[in-house]
Amino acid sequence: MEMSTNLLIFSGLALLMAAAAIAAVTTSRIMRAVTYLLFVLFGTAGLYFMLHYTFLGAVQIIVYAGGIVVLFIFAALLIGKGIIDVTHTSKLRYLAGVLASMSGLAIALYLIVNTTFITDKFTTDGVPMTVVGSALMGTAKHNYVLTFEVLSILLLACMVGAIMIARKK
Amino acid sequence: MTIPAQFYLILAAVLFFIGVFGFFTRRNLISLLISTELMLNAVDINFAVFNAYSHPEHLEGFFFTMFGIGIAAAETAVAIAIIINVFRNAKSIHIKNLLDLKH
Repeated sequence: MEMSTNLLIFSGLALLMAAAAIAAVTTSRIMRAVTYLLFVLFGTAGLYFMLHYTFLGAVQIIVYAGGIVVLFIFAALLIGKGIIDVTHTSKLRYLAGVLASMSGLAIALYLIVNTTFITDKFTTDGVPMTVVGSALMGTAKHNYVLTFEVLSILLLACMVGAIMIARKK
Repeated sequence: MTIPAQFYLILAAVLFFIGVFGFFTRRNLISLLISTELMLNAVDINFAVFNAYSHPEHLEGFFFTMFGIGIAAAETAVAIAIIINVFRNAKSIHIKNLLDLKH
């Protein structure tokens, strides 16, 4: 019973994400593409919730859906008229794109289906918030305070760099 | 009983190659960036799934996904700043008009 409910939710999410992703790379309006991307990102957050990684799902919604999509909308509205002409290239290039992505997908699917992954350790416990916090801030083995600090400095540098690049002369 | 890990991996592969397709066929800087985000997002799903299904006692994939999301945010901010600057200078973000770096 639980399996079928999980499977139902997963199939719904997977169909939504695949359809939204295809729409995001084929629609000719940039605002629609951004909105479809938002659906894909929300679906990914749903997948993280299904893996019982609730903190990761929250981060996904806050940073990706809340931050990055707003940046995209901001850019689309700021650039405005120049952005509506999203056109595809020549037929040859389109076919080349289809061929390349389809063959890549075929190879990846073949490998995924024919490889035995050791994936029997899944639990529904999730990760408690205290474990996440102490691993993120700890200095012991398997802790990530250095990465955390480097990432914060990177974000600061990006912020300064983005302001420097984008401001008016 | 849970969903097999392969289902997640197949979904991530499909999303990744939709992003690749968009990257090949789109001709607009913002659309290219959207395709890149799709690919990054698919990779993040893989990290989280392998962590949850193969090594739930460690949290490597969990934190890789989290730092990946953070770096994606940084990358998008800088890329959009560059795109806005390109638009201001070249009056277009269509790729066929952006030939100034070529020579």
